[in-house]
Amino acid sequence: MGYEYIGITVLWLFLYGYLIVASIDFGAGFFAYYAKITKKDHIINQLISRYLSPVWEVTNVFFVFFFVGIVGFFPDSAYYYGQALLIPGSIAIVLIAIRGSFYAFENYGFKNNHLYMFLYGATGLLIPASLSTTLTISEGGFIEETANGVTLLYGELFTSPYSWSVVFLAIVSVLYISSMFLTYYANRANDHSALALVRKYALFWSSPTIIASMTTFIALSQHNPEHYQKAIDLWWMFGLSVAFFMIALFLVYIGKYYGWAFIAVMFQFFFAFFGYGASHLPYILQPYITISSGVTNETMAITLITVFIAGLLLLVPSLILLMRLFLFDAEYVKGKK
Amino acid sequence: MFFEDSVMMSRLLTSLTLIFHVIFATVGVGIPIMISIAEFIGIKKNDRHLQLLARRWTRGMTVTIAVGVVTGTAIGLQLSLLWPNFMRLAGNVIALPLFMEVFAFFFEAIFLGIYLYTWDRFKKPIYHWLLSIPIIIGSTLSAFFITTVNSFMNTPRGFEMDGGNVTNINPLEAMFNPATPTKVFHVVASAYLTSAAILATIAAIIILFRKGSEYHTKALKLTVTATFIFAIMTAIAGDLSAKFLAEHQPEKLAAGEWHFETEAGADLILFGSLNEENEVENAIRIPKALSFLAYGDFNAEVEGLNETPADEQPPLWIHYMFDLMVSIGFYMLGISALYLLFWKVKKWNEENKWLLWAIAAGGPLSMLAIEFGWIFAEEGRQPWILRGIMTVAEGATTSDHVGLMFILFIGLYTVLGAGCLVVLRKMFKDHPAEAEFESRYPEAAATKEVDE
Repeated sequence: MGYEYIGITVLWLFLYGYLIVASIDFGAGFFAYYAKITKKDHIINQLISRYLSPVWEVTNVFFVFFFVGIVGFFPDSAYYYGQALLIPGSIAIVLIAIRGSFYAFENYGFKNNHLYMFLYGATGLLIPASLSTTLTISEGGFIEETANGVTLLYGELFTSPYSWSVVFLAIVSVLYISSMFLTYYANRANDHSALALVRKYALFWSSPTIIASMTTFIALSQHNPEHYQKAIDLWWMFGLSVAFFMIALFLVYIGKYYGWAFIAVMFQFFFAFFGYGASHLPYILQPYITISSGVTNETMAITLITVFIAGLLLLVPSLILLMRLFLFDAEYVKGKK
Repeated sequence: MFFEDSVMMSRLLTSLTLIFHVIFATVGVGIPIMISIAEFIGIKKNDRHLQLLARRWTRGMTVTIAVGVVTGTAIGLQLSLLWPNFMRLAGNVIALPLFMEVFAFFFEAIFLGIYLYTWDRFKKPIYHWLLSIPIIIGSTLSAFFITTVNSFMNTPRGFEMDGGNVTNINPLEAMFNPATPTKVFHVVASAYLTSAAILATIAAIIILFRKGSEYHTKALKLTVTATFIFAIMTAIAGDLSAKFLAEHQPEKLAAGEWHFETEAGADLILFGSLNEENEVENAIRIPKALSFLAYGDFNAEVEGLNETPADEQPPLWIHYMFDLMVSIGFYMLGISALYLLFWKVKKWNEENKWLLWAIAAGGPLSMLAIEFGWIFAEEGRQPWILRGIMTVAEGATTSDHVGLMFILFIGLYTVLGAGCLVVLRKMFKDHPAEAEFESRYPEAAATKEVDE
């Protein structure tokens, strides 16, 4: 396997990590606000804040890691995406900035401030929508290179059924992943009233998630038949994804093994996300950047991979420590520490 | 017209983000070390006041770190959004430190989360203190890695240009370029200095306005002592930086010092103004001091700005930035030394009003010095984005909408800055230290009353 494949796999893995942890975070913000306006905040907000407080910053790093990594491994992507994404990228920055700092402001300064909670909840849905634009334009047909540089074709983007189905998929997946996680976490905390509530959310958001996945597939076949064909060739990955979806839904429905249910959710998205990524190759941005044309020089690629391994040796034990202290420490989860 | 010039607007937007981010980045690097020192001495001396100090500083820091994280994310993305051509070229050479910076940040983020939520979870308090070490390592390493990237832009090394392509890349040589040692030293020392000075400002103001308690007196002693030590470090770093400039970026030093003709025994010019013929007026001249600053020898020859082609010269106004930065540095050194002197001489009152006011001014002044220093460093390498290789104009985006984004970000930073101030103020004003001390350590507060 060439180092460009190692590079893209590593980056894709981190983007997948971001997808999971950020979805939990984004969805939790939305649910916290929703619970507040439906006067159910006393049931779940304590639970959400106990999980989010120690980890919100870590979530953000997964994202930074991905975009720094992709510019490092594939410097051409800085050129094309950088030129094209000035406006959506800046909007995403503003949303992320509002969300991250207002979380801290609310949590450490103004407990239960209505405005902060609203912004926190709203940005939680807008960020996935704005970030998913990047995946949309990678399919090609949305940007144009002329002698003056690269421009994003907003008309095409806003009228494309494909781009809207991706946005829709991003939002419902966030709510689905998050509610599945909170179900597990509430059960872990022995918090029955919270469990009943978030379990309802989880069951509710499962159907739009699977429907949105299907419509996105159909829209892709219209927009980029070539990519669609490659995805069909990897049918088994998407099949596994659906199978794990069924398992997760079944376990939550019978109300047992919530931990396994969440692991099944993670596999569901793992196979869907990697199936999507693998069928996208060799293009990083169709038709301008392929995995071999855009890759950095060999020395840098090897150095980055080396540093990456060293970095993981540092990060994995630290992350395990973090999770043991806050995620899997039953006493902490129950609020006794 | 100005508004539609994408190069100009990209420069302005990048400056705006960095000027805002550097405030939070600086305290993010420096405050962890102050917290760690306070907690360590607190545990060793069994001093509850210092332990409480560490706790309260940590709480305030969380808010500033949040703003630092999100503005750091902003500049990280803006590098590619505003300077796509630069990143396409430089990404081949400096991806390594950028990548490592993220690792350091990751490491810090994990342990910060742990540190914040485990104050009372360990039987031995020293275990909790140990968690502050990875935070310091993470934040200082972040500063180190990102400063190497900036150093690279000043003295690009570790690659060759072959037409438009970069070849023969050596990532470590790029990272450890000639500017790296002095820049890193200066950045880290001044961040420590500024953070200590800001914490001293807070203590001084509370003593001035609210008559402070034992807690605040201890806070003041600790922070001003740290200010003094870090001010010495910063002065040494500044001197080494000037020597570096003389050797590797003479045009930056010459523009900063209004030194036009190459000459031996060059004078140092303090402040002053330029007339229409670029002659210096109203300045204080220190004979031969520039030669000494540049080479450690009063009679050394210093290259003048006239040696640099006119279209490669930095703007001359950076002279004021340089002078202001240096003056504030000496002010910090002087004022902290004076406080220590007043403290050691028994009959003098180190908490006299004038001294407290002077210390209170120190925090904001140091932060200004950080800004002046960065403006000097960045404007001083104009017109280059990569000195000698790529100009700023060649690196910028061609997008038409940068002006609009500039307005968007002004709005964002106004909201963030105001929010941060309001939250910090509320956090501490509503919960004074004395009240927290009594509720957290009732036994210690009670014995103290008996002693008195």
